[in-house]
Amino acid sequence: MADRFHKYIPATAAEIEHMLDAVGYPTVDALLADVVPASQILGRPLDLPGPLSEVEILAAAAELAGRNQAAGLQACFLGAGAYRHQVPAAIHHMVSRGEFLTAYTPYQPEVSQGTLQGIFEFQTMVCELFGMEVANASVYDGASALAEAVFMAHRVARGKRPKAIIAGAVHPEYQEVCCTYGLAEIVKLQAQAPGADGRIDLAELEASLDEQVCCVAVQSPNFVGLIEDLPAIADIVHAAGALLVVAVTDPHACSLFESPGACGADIVVGEGQALGLPINMGGPYLGLFATRKKLVRQMPGRLVGRTHDTDGKPGFVLTLSTREQHIRREKATSNICTNQGLCALQSAMYMSLLGPDGLAAVAERSHAHALYLRRAVAALPGFELCFGGHFFHEFLVRTPVPASQLVDQLVGHGVFAGVPLSRYFPDRTHELLICATELNDRAQMDDLVRLLGVHTDSDGGAA
Amino acid sequence: MTATFTPSGTTGLVHEEPVIFERSVPGRRGWLQPSSDIPAADDLDGALLRQAAPRLPELTEPDVVRHFHRLSQWNFSIDAGFYPLGSCTMKYNPRVNEDVAAMAGFTQLHPQQPADTVQGALQLMVELEDALAEIVGLDAVTLQPAAGAHGEYTGLACIRAAQVARGDARRKILVPESAHGTNPATAVICGYETVTLPAGPDGLLHPEVVAAAMDDQVAGLMITHPNTIGLYERHLPEICEIVHRGGGFVYGDGANLNALMGVARPGDVGIDVMHINLHKTFSTPHGGGGPGAGPVAVRTELEPFLPRPIIRRGELLALDWDRPLSIGKVRSFYGNFGVLVRAWTYIREIGGPGLEQATRLAVLNANYIRARLSTAFPVAFDVPCMHEVVLTDRAVKDHGVVTMDIAKRLIDKGFHPPTVYFPLVVPHAIMVEPTETECLQELDSFVAAMLEIAAEAAENPELLTGAPHHPVRGRLDEVAAAKKPRLRYEFL
Repeated sequence: MADRFHKYIPATAAEIEHMLDAVGYPTVDALLADVVPASQILGRPLDLPGPLSEVEILAAAAELAGRNQAAGLQACFLGAGAYRHQVPAAIHHMVSRGEFLTAYTPYQPEVSQGTLQGIFEFQTMVCELFGMEVANASVYDGASALAEAVFMAHRVARGKRPKAIIAGAVHPEYQEVCCTYGLAEIVKLQAQAPGADGRIDLAELEASLDEQVCCVAVQSPNFVGLIEDLPAIADIVHAAGALLVVAVTDPHACSLFESPGACGADIVVGEGQALGLPINMGGPYLGLFATRKKLVRQMPGRLVGRTHDTDGKPGFVLTLSTREQHIRREKATSNICTNQGLCALQSAMYMSLLGPDGLAAVAERSHAHALYLRRAVAALPGFELCFGGHFFHEFLVRTPVPASQLVDQLVGHGVFAGVPLSRYFPDRTHELLICATELNDRAQMDDLVRLLGVHTDSDGGAA
Repeated sequence: MTATFTPSGTTGLVHEEPVIFERSVPGRRGWLQPSSDIPAADDLDGALLRQAAPRLPELTEPDVVRHFHRLSQWNFSIDAGFYPLGSCTMKYNPRVNEDVAAMAGFTQLHPQQPADTVQGALQLMVELEDALAEIVGLDAVTLQPAAGAHGEYTGLACIRAAQVARGDARRKILVPESAHGTNPATAVICGYETVTLPAGPDGLLHPEVVAAAMDDQVAGLMITHPNTIGLYERHLPEICEIVHRGGGFVYGDGANLNALMGVARPGDVGIDVMHINLHKTFSTPHGGGGPGAGPVAVRTELEPFLPRPIIRRGELLALDWDRPLSIGKVRSFYGNFGVLVRAWTYIREIGGPGLEQATRLAVLNANYIRARLSTAFPVAFDVPCMHEVVLTDRAVKDHGVVTMDIAKRLIDKGFHPPTVYFPLVVPHAIMVEPTETECLQELDSFVAAMLEIAAEAAENPELLTGAPHHPVRGRLDEVAAAKKPRLRYEFL
């Protein structure tokens, strides 16, 4: 072995000798040879570059980072499951504290009260926002949260209702994750195409429900930004004895529109990224999961509960773990173990800083900006809104030229115009999903409208 | 003599900090909106609007910073001290990882950007895939799974899809009894029944046990390597051959990969698919329960089934969604990218030789603990271990003291307790994983604390059964918490 090790490895040659003496081996090789059969020893160095000094690794990383075009620092109208809102500066500093960052899962509550209380506060805030009674300590992301919710609904029906209906206007990646989890055919998934107005067709939903269906999963605002008629859907779903699962991709919507809980949802899941997490190329994000109190024992994931210590002082612990894999093994409600703890804490910090008024203001401003932009884009020659009606901060437009072509052309101007729908539906080439938030100011939006006009003008209007 | 830190068992200042909702003062705010000359919206039907605002706290930025700062001071952390949790690999989390992950060229990337505008991010992911494949001796890697258990699901789903594709759907997964709870839970969610395999008297899985359980309904074997007792599964080549001959695949749980880097490779002994916990072996912080990342490595045969998209290599890196045999996505977008950035940084910084040193010192440190403590706390299997050692409370039990008391008393002495009561095959297990980043002085302090506890158990067992005495809270009533769950703040 080398005389000196990497800066993260403290052992010196003398200390290694001391330890080997205690263990009773002359060398580390001799120790390893007693544990690993000779035929299984790799016997060559790993074929990897490095090591690098800190100066070199920072330079290498900066070079890679520099090869990216950071949309978040430019005029960005991308949404479709990841939303750019301002992250207050204080959050990064609070969440970077080593006591939060470098702690393990709080299995030893006496030395983990910080994480536990923070998650308890997070659970409460998610309940408040969604209008629900209990929320867990997080799952991976919005898409996997929806898949877990479908499984949960199946358990609530004790396996007697083998089917689940998923609205076609749920985010395509969320639908796909549900299908992946559905590979084992424990629950049979059935997609229902949206109606002509881009929303769930209530009559068709009613017709497709029977006693085989354990739940109906919808997203509101849906994938193309439209507000679903949740109270009406809830009535139809409940009349058939099924559960209503509602997914939310930007929870700011719940501070502007009536909460899913108040509309009758039984399980509410969501993507928490918009609440104080950077867009970060898609992760780590934050799966939100909330339900009614009576269903809590079928809920997946960790839960923090309030209790007291031997002196009667209040404190917090992980609780109801008899639902979880480390106790129940094959009978667990989910296999989830590590979740997104720090991201949950981060969103609790965000909600604490913004408060009820701040959260509503972000939602109102995002909606107002998107409304301004929707009207301006719809007025452009050759452009047409795909759907009218109530929406939050995203909308779908039909474009006179292929949407992906427009997107590529505008990137050259430092403008990320939106998500071409062909990204998910290859034959829908002329549809563009545009999102605006409080961070897109009038100058940016006017510029986007101007560029869309310029890049479609020579092609002679409507396709 | 090198001076060492004397732990006190308290975490920072002892203070009382209320639940944040009790600090709220109506009228305060911690955030100002940027000004906007866009008119307020006039289009929404009042019936759609939220009636009662969510009861979030109303506080200024200094209020919020102080609240969370105080909460943080109630946590033990790897930054504060020795955290010997078995199977969790609580090694030091390098800070340069954090600086790299915070570069705007990474954090400000939107997952829906065109691929030609994120070439650096894709290059980083490709390099991480290649490094992980080399370390574990397999052919292809997906970075999409968000954590270890998520990787398990992904791997088993690939096995299932591969067997279904060849018209050979199977029902059962073999799982050794020492497995992590996630293994059987994952198998069931994937639609399998589990068959539990016993270990031999030496703590290892034996080929004849696998051969006896193997039939044409067994989809595969899920095995943790090295196992949760910290022992190297030396019969794996023969075991894998039995499973392969029977038409099954071998899934490797990579939780303990810190024991193998540069020493032996799971792929070389016959494992076909495995997940890798970047938040363990590759130094990304655990964050009090995540985010982690659980990339999955597979043999070429299973590569077509990996989640989509994959990154297509070439002059211009691209995301390839056209994967007809793929199991589909297991989550949105491409994985916990920020965690991937940290792991890439660690591997590039420490390099191949550094990873090998890490493994060798992790193994030596664990054996040192074993040598120093196996008299006072008899080990489950008295043979050299790999990166972790499983002790027991056998020698102190007669004093009315059990594993949990030892764990709680360690808190008073300034250490985080080891993993306790796991693996289930060892009654009253105390599972210690020191990792390579702990120095000899720290290990000696831990040994001294454990020996003091053994002495206290004989002389004054109440010190243990009433522990911990020093932290801000004493032992918490978990039974009461489960009996009458209080899972959210109750507003007055």
